Amino acid sequence: MELTTLWFVLIAVLWTGYLVLEGFDFGVGMLLGLLPRRADQERERRVMINTIGPVWDGNEVWLLTAGGATFAAFPEWYATLFSGFYLPLFLILVALIVRVVAFEWRGKIDDDRWRAWADRALIFGSWVPSVLWGVAFANIVRGVELDADHQYVGGLFALLNPFALLGGAVTTLVFLTHGAVFLALKSDGDLRHRAGTLAARLSVATLVVAGAWAVWLQVAYADEAWTWAAVTVAAVALVLVVLATRARREGRAFVASAVAIVATVVLIFGSLFPDVMPAVDPAHSLTVLNASSTHYTLTVMTWVALVLTPLVLLYQGWTYWVFRKRLSTAHLPAPAGLTFRRTETSGAAPE
Amino acid sequence: MDALDLARWQFGVTTVYHFIFVPLTIGLAPLVAIMQTCWYRTRNERWLRLTKFFGKLLLINFAIGVATGIVQEFQFGMAWSEYSRFVGDVFGAPLAMEALAAFFVESTFLGLWIFGWDRLPKKIHLACIWAVAVATNLSAFFILAANSWMQHPVGTTYSFETGRAEMHDIVAVLTNPTVLAAFPHTIMAAFLTAGTFVAGIAAWWMVRKVRSGDSETARDVYRPAVILGLVAVLVGGAGVAISGDAQAKLMFEQQPAKMAAAEGLCESVDGASFSILAIGDLTNDCDGVRHLIEIPGLTSFLATGSFDSRIRGVDELQDYYAQWVGEWEQEHGTTLDPDTVFHPNLAITYWSFRLMIGFGAGSAALALAALWLLRKKGSVTGATWFGRLGIAALATPFLASSFGWIFTEMGRQPWVVAPNPDVSGVDGVWLLTARGVSTVAGPATILTSLVGFTLLYGVLAVVWSRLMHRYAVEGVAASEKDPSPEARGSDDDTTTLSFAY
Repeated sequence: MELTTLWFVLIAVLWTGYLVLEGFDFGVGMLLGLLPRRADQERERRVMINTIGPVWDGNEVWLLTAGGATFAAFPEWYATLFSGFYLPLFLILVALIVRVVAFEWRGKIDDDRWRAWADRALIFGSWVPSVLWGVAFANIVRGVELDADHQYVGGLFALLNPFALLGGAVTTLVFLTHGAVFLALKSDGDLRHRAGTLAARLSVATLVVAGAWAVWLQVAYADEAWTWAAVTVAAVALVLVVLATRARREGRAFVASAVAIVATVVLIFGSLFPDVMPAVDPAHSLTVLNASSTHYTLTVMTWVALVLTPLVLLYQGWTYWVFRKRLSTAHLPAPAGLTFRRTETSGAAPE
Repeated sequence: MDALDLARWQFGVTTVYHFIFVPLTIGLAPLVAIMQTCWYRTRNERWLRLTKFFGKLLLINFAIGVATGIVQEFQFGMAWSEYSRFVGDVFGAPLAMEALAAFFVESTFLGLWIFGWDRLPKKIHLACIWAVAVATNLSAFFILAANSWMQHPVGTTYSFETGRAEMHDIVAVLTNPTVLAAFPHTIMAAFLTAGTFVAGIAAWWMVRKVRSGDSETARDVYRPAVILGLVAVLVGGAGVAISGDAQAKLMFEQQPAKMAAAEGLCESVDGASFSILAIGDLTNDCDGVRHLIEIPGLTSFLATGSFDSRIRGVDELQDYYAQWVGEWEQEHGTTLDPDTVFHPNLAITYWSFRLMIGFGAGSAALALAALWLLRKKGSVTGATWFGRLGIAALATPFLASSFGWIFTEMGRQPWVVAPNPDVSGVDGVWLLTARGVSTVAGPATILTSLVGFTLLYGVLAVVWSRLMHRYAVEGVAASEKDPSPEARGSDDDTTTLSFAY
């Protein structure tokens, strides 16, 4: 295999890792505003957050790696995409920033208003990337206006076309379902039951919307027939999610929903290849060849990736094993956060 | 302001801000790991209490460092796409390596450390914080290798065919003499920062405990913490000085204009002195600079190791660069803006250099005071001024780091990739900052994100400082239960977690 092709595949793999893993993180984050019962809101939200607590940070690194690998292997792609999609990426960054600090800081102060702010940040920080990644990928597949220097000249509003907006709806629905399925798998008690019910409902909508979008993509923007296989796998997997969630087979539902995401990434990247960013005028398209780094750089990076990626999978996998137990409200310790002001008087004389 | 100025402001704001938190993370992670190792070895509860106390401060800080770090991975492409096209073949590699080799380890094992107190055997749990500590330092290496390449582009040649720098030697990039000096300098500065942080907070608490009649806690808990911080300050301080000296000599070779600007030196001189104070119109204009207090020959000594060597001033360097860059451009059919200034802003370079060094005095003062007051075995102090000094010293290493980066990056201007100094080796591997900015992101777009990031970062800074303050004034817990599975005995599904968000 050509190294440029290998790196195209590796970047698809990195995005797969990101969307499968962070996909349920985003789903859980979005559901924070929808799933908990008002009567037991705080404790249920805490259970939800803690199901992803030990792993969300590691999951997010798949994105940083995808970004860094694109920079290293396809600098022209990185430069055109990131400068062209500037404002959507800015919004994603803002969302990711507030989400990161909210995760870590939420429990640090034991106060309802403080937690309410953290929850707003988590919910906002999960919805925005869920929608915008879909919009971004749909636009990449659809093709954008590039000039002869490979600069994006289409403007912001050209990104808000029907196919892209539907793409945003697809990622949002897929992540919502994926998150609900994950919660049903990782929580216990009443929350588990409601997450399962919601997953069963969401999965039907996801099947319809994602299925329609995948067919639209294949018919309108894919050059090869083989990507029909990816459309089929995604559709079958989504049907299995519907069936498995109805039967409360949580493990199977999760695997099926992960497979659906993998198949969607295969569909997107498969229909792109050999372009990395097709242009409206095909002569201006960025391809794996004209966007890539030198053979030397790709060789170096191939060795690095081949040595390190299996290790990453190994220790990340181990983390999931360590934290494999289901969580319920009964497992929660009392809030460990401090109050806003120091109240305890230890007999210490203030200076 | 045009897109270039806005993009530069944005890079400056987001990067300086990011690097407020990073040195503390890099330095404090190993210190917390050392505390936990002491607990593991001695089984003395004081070390568990200290691990938990400084661990919480580490986590509050870690989060904001991670959050603001995401921006760094993206903004090269967003605002500096032409830079990215030019350097991607070489610059992207260390960034991708950083993510694969360091970020994954850091984030995964931090999760294991935070949530694993009651699920992992003690030894494994201890290994997790060490993995985090090693990974944060490794990440610093890769990003500094990338930055050092911008200061001194080795291992690459310019390709006329593709119009970009292309890598032919990754080993040269990773063993760039610039990174071999910048890495220890940055790491040692991080130890200095974290040492000052630990010693400063513990000093304040020691005084407070002694004055409230609880000398026992002061001696048992806070004294060891002050000593640990003190050791980090001494090691870090010595390391910063030694590596900084090596850096000055490299800088003189690699970026003579940065060196000249650091001294506000307009005309070339033999035996250049080092001025502690200068007045006059030290903007970008050489007329009317007056140095007030000077140490003769010191700048020459810092640059070359000899007190009477010749240092080229910015006037001479201006002519030098204008000539060969002009010729190179002419030869290759590009045109250079004749008004290009080939040296950095003199005032910023001059003062940031001095402020970097000067703020090191805060940590030094705290270290000297601690050495004197705590010189006797087991001694504690209730001297109010010592506690106040601890608090006053806290901010100084952060300021020193910030000014250090402002010096390094502003001093490299007008280049984003500085040219190699040896004229015979002019290889075309250099890029003016003005040519690196994105062409498709207009001023309004960049202004939007600049304002957005600045406001968001402002809010986060307030929250971060309040949280850090709140957790620092809470002090070390009176006792901590051993949460390990060994201590708890049988594993039971119904037990509550020892920690949850």
